[in-house]
Amino acid sequence: MPIPNTITRTLDLAHPQEKVWGALTTLGGLTAWFGSHADGEVAPGHDVHMRWEKENNMESTLAIKVVDPMSVFAYCWGINGAPEGDPRRTYVEFALEPTASGTRLTVTESGFAQLPDEWLEASYQGNTEGWKAELGELVAYLDAA
Amino acid sequence: MRPDPEEVSASVFAALADTNRRAILASLAEHGASTATDLSGRLSITRQGIAKHLALLADAGLVTSDAGGGRRVLYRHRSEPIKVAQSYLAALAADWDGSLDRLAAFLADPPR
Repeated sequence: MPIPNTITRTLDLAHPQEKVWGALTTLGGLTAWFGSHADGEVAPGHDVHMRWEKENNMESTLAIKVVDPMSVFAYCWGINGAPEGDPRRTYVEFALEPTASGTRLTVTESGFAQLPDEWLEASYQGNTEGWKAELGELVAYLDAA
Repeated sequence: MRPDPEEVSASVFAALADTNRRAILASLAEHGASTATDLSGRLSITRQGIAKHLALLADAGLVTSDAGGGRRVLYRHRSEPIKVAQSYLAALAADWDGSLDRLAAFLADPPR
């Protein structure tokens, strides 16, 4: 089975688009259903920092990509569980459309199966050389002492 | 050659499915570069057994070796394939159902 690259969920909500939009794109909304803490600005090009108290104070930075009022909200964030400094990001999109009874919300998170080979090579070599450089500095420091 | 994420993940999970291979990787992560003899002594696995598992781990890209001078071959653990498998686990660990349940509950009954 291939790695699921994309996760999709569709919800039919009995609420008007404005209300759903507010829950998704205000700090108060985000902290009501998503994380326990949020600060920053929900605007394209800005970051929102979130924290999850119940998940061992896990933190994540949402790099906001799209805020298209009442219709699309999207951001990128790091891969859960990946070590700090891992440059891979998944793309999360919330798309809203009106229905007879309220709003249809489609959530898509994609990019799980990405394997940037340039990153694999660059990062592996970078780490190896980083360590060599740091150990070299340590040796120089010890030699000088 | 571009590695295929599915193949990388499959070989990581196959490599990790064996108790002895997990023990070898854990020992390399804990103690750093080691010889087959070090590992054999530390884990109470025969040298032949260690050699067999190290070969499989090397095939999966989880272990690299370098001759550290003379016949002393040092094995070290390599984390890149694990990071690929991690994104597979992240897809399985993503809890959108839980989050969206909370969103629906919040919309139905927002605190005043």
